[in-house]
Amino acid sequence: MTHVLAATIPDAITFVMAAAICVVGALGVVLARNPVHSALMLVMTLFGVAVLFVEEDAQFLAAVQVIVYAGAIVVLFLFVIMLLGVDQKEVFQRDPLPAQRPVAIALGILGLVEVLVLARGRWPSGARSVSGAIGSPASNVSLIGRSIFTTYLLAFEVTSALLAVAVVGAVVLARRPRHSVGGNEDSTGPVAEPDDDLGGPDDTEPEGVEETIVGSGTPRGESGDIKTSGSLADVEVTGP
Amino acid sequence: MPDPLFAHGVDLGAVVIVAVKVLVAFGVLLVSVMLAIWFERKVISDMQNRIGPNRAGPYGILQTLADGIKLFFKEDLLPDQADRFVFKLAPYLALLPALLIFTIVPVGGVVTIAHHTVELQVADPAVGILFLLALSSVSVYATMLAGWSSGSKYPLLGSIRASAQMISYEAAMGLTIAMVVIVTHSLSTRTIVDSQAASFFHWNIFRLGILPFPLFAVAVTAELNRPPFDLTEGEQELVGGFHTEYSSLRFALFYLAEFMNTITMSAVMVTLFFGGPDGPGFHFVRWLWPILWFAGKTVVFMYVYVWIRAALPRLRYDQLMELGWKVLIPLSLVWLLVVAAFRVGTVWGLGVFFGGVIVGSALWQAVLVGRARREVLEASRAGRRGANDSYLRAVPEPDGGE
Repeated sequence: MTHVLAATIPDAITFVMAAAICVVGALGVVLARNPVHSALMLVMTLFGVAVLFVEEDAQFLAAVQVIVYAGAIVVLFLFVIMLLGVDQKEVFQRDPLPAQRPVAIALGILGLVEVLVLARGRWPSGARSVSGAIGSPASNVSLIGRSIFTTYLLAFEVTSALLAVAVVGAVVLARRPRHSVGGNEDSTGPVAEPDDDLGGPDDTEPEGVEETIVGSGTPRGESGDIKTSGSLADVEVTGP
Repeated sequence: MPDPLFAHGVDLGAVVIVAVKVLVAFGVLLVSVMLAIWFERKVISDMQNRIGPNRAGPYGILQTLADGIKLFFKEDLLPDQADRFVFKLAPYLALLPALLIFTIVPVGGVVTIAHHTVELQVADPAVGILFLLALSSVSVYATMLAGWSSGSKYPLLGSIRASAQMISYEAAMGLTIAMVVIVTHSLSTRTIVDSQAASFFHWNIFRLGILPFPLFAVAVTAELNRPPFDLTEGEQELVGGFHTEYSSLRFALFYLAEFMNTITMSAVMVTLFFGGPDGPGFHFVRWLWPILWFAGKTVVFMYVYVWIRAALPRLRYDQLMELGWKVLIPLSLVWLLVVAAFRVGTVWGLGVFFGGVIVGSALWQAVLVGRARREVLEASRAGRRGANDSYLRAVPEPDGGE
């Protein structure tokens, strides 16, 4: 076994700190009782990984890591958590999938063993990457761009097609045909029901109007947000 | 292009220079926030025929300081329902990106101090402008977590709006930055500035054909939650928006971050589109002129921000989303294609441009036809349901998700 921490002192310090951040964050994701805290811990792990990327001279990857994962994906997680109001403590008494836990533990151990077997003596040292180091003066970005648009062109294009399909699919799923809207609408809450207005005395009408204003914080075009603001009015208090 | 300061290794001089740069940037930023708040209040009151702050210091210039001290001594409230840790964390998350983004902005030229070549900017990372995108996506968290952790309704609504808004406009912002990167061949802010230095007409605003700048400016304004995009704190609807529950020092931090962001983004606009510190210099105190040019240009944008705040009413939420998704993103996407095609060749560029115009107008026509049909349908449906109902349905209501 080669000596652990084969790097220079600054490299080693950076590596140890970033690794600690990653591990603490990852444990926090699993252990935190509050889903929002879990998501924040996930952000911490992602930042740790970004630091490791910088350490390996992959600055572009580090920036993309933060922009895409921390900046978009976890923000969407949080968005959904807050909107659905599941940020109260989860009830763990009744597991909807009883087999889930043992299987997860077994798979986790399997993955860990696999990594250990693959690593076999080549422990993380915090040293600079040798095989992946950039020998040429060209920047990260141009090298990545070149390989994406030559060697991996097919994979790249297929992925983008997949993403486009996913977007279209999401729109189709979220946007019900208009004629069924009339039936559903009344149950969404903020909209004043026609019966209320017809049956009630005049002084209830301003209330109905006011509620509509609250509900009209809904975008006209964006299907994703339509659902969100519609159900927002129903969320009572979604604080911790 | 690595920082020339470290070209010959890191010695004591380099370390001292970096420390001084950091301290100076921090100090200047804080002082300029103070001045910016005073400037904004003064200019707005001028536009509204008022006098504005005039008690503390000459022309009220110390008003911000006085307000800061007052906030400092106010009671620090922590709501019962709040998530204590996140509630305390959020203001710092707001401040940190605001401070850090400024580090990549080149405020002056390159000078030599004690045999060290020093770029007048705190840092020049290789990923440069991507650092800006990364940090501005981090600043979403501040707003989002502040609203959520307050444990109350209006802040939550404000923060949900804020995060939807910031995510939507980040795309347009990224696309316009991509255009700048295409013409300058580099992500580094120093290279971006240098490539615009040749003459007035090499500024990116002209090289990119004017259009990207307004797109970027609008996207950035929305990203900053500045008026007219300040729905997150729309007083009439949301009390104080995401920081309703904050008081004392934590509120001051949010306020500080907001203005710091405004300054920083003005500086970024200058860097990306207006040549940064570029401008005619003179033969005495050469190092000074670029800094003055940079500061002057930044102040112009600050003024425009104040002006916009005084002049424009707040957008409605659906208008905001429509502007972001249906105008800014398609336009910047098409213009990105045009810029890329011009890099290949003029013929390609012109071809894509006119092709875009033709396809775009065809699409617009299709949208108009669709909209007219929908209106007819809606009118007939409204007719069936009665007049009262149709008033409520002037804005098409959301699909029932539940």
